[in-house]
Amino acid sequence: MLLIDCPYCGKRPEVEFHCGGEAHIARPETPTAVGDADWGSFLYYRTNPKGVQAERWLHGHGCGRWFNALRDTVSDAFVATYEMGKPRPDRDAATASTPSNA
Amino acid sequence: MLERNLARRAPTVSPLVSEASVTVRPLDPQGRLAFRIKPAALAGRGTIDGFDLTGAINSRTSPEADSGMRTALRLGPDEWMLITAADEVDERCEAISAALTGVPHSLVDVSHRDVGFSVEGPGADVVVNAGCPIDLAAKAFPAGSATRTILGKAEIVLARLAADRFTVTTWRTFAPYVQGFLVEATRS
Repeated sequence: MLLIDCPYCGKRPEVEFHCGGEAHIARPETPTAVGDADWGSFLYYRTNPKGVQAERWLHGHGCGRWFNALRDTVSDAFVATYEMGKPRPDRDAATASTPSNA
Repeated sequence: MLERNLARRAPTVSPLVSEASVTVRPLDPQGRLAFRIKPAALAGRGTIDGFDLTGAINSRTSPEADSGMRTALRLGPDEWMLITAADEVDERCEAISAALTGVPHSLVDVSHRDVGFSVEGPGADVVVNAGCPIDLAAKAFPAGSATRTILGKAEIVLARLAADRFTVTTWRTFAPYVQGFLVEATRS
């Protein structure tokens, strides 16, 4: 079973987790000042890359906390996990410090 | 209060019999408090009303060994499950609230929500692992650990009291399923 490294609990089985989509999407400060196209883009358009992307994950059947993870969408390997509010780590640095657990 | 009394009056499950070495037994009613507070708001308080809150995440602390009257399960960075005697819930609530006057926190009596089981005997870890995917090896989940996790399709809170002794706590509506699952696991 795929193990996901929760920043609070350590490595736990994937069935305890839930993916919350792409991370680091900031809601505009003043929605009224945003045009329809930009608002539509904020609501619905996602990067959907082939490769490493930052995602939000919830350890729902565990500590109950949201965190961010860098996941490779091709191999499903988790490159790194980090707490909410922290900046996206550099991929190469993350790979060096946290080996893939896939 | 009415709901809690009803919950106590009507047992959710009755014991199921299995002749295996591992016994699965419904526990008597316990007082359970869902307690949430930011670690920063604790401001150095390690103990509140006798509950030891200093344990690491996913650990179980009980000041008097084997007493279980003031047990704290740390389920997350800011979340504890406090376990006490069923008839002391109101006193505990008042004492904890008094100790934290003016400090933002959340304390909810959820005694009626859960049903507990003890899983005891040689090979108890194998029985729990029949439906629970976490690593229960002595190194990864030693005695004194406690965590929220999954058993089959139900969410449980799993605590390890000793190498071959676990408690499994689940919501009332999941209890017959969890009990059946565990008893079936002892037979195979």
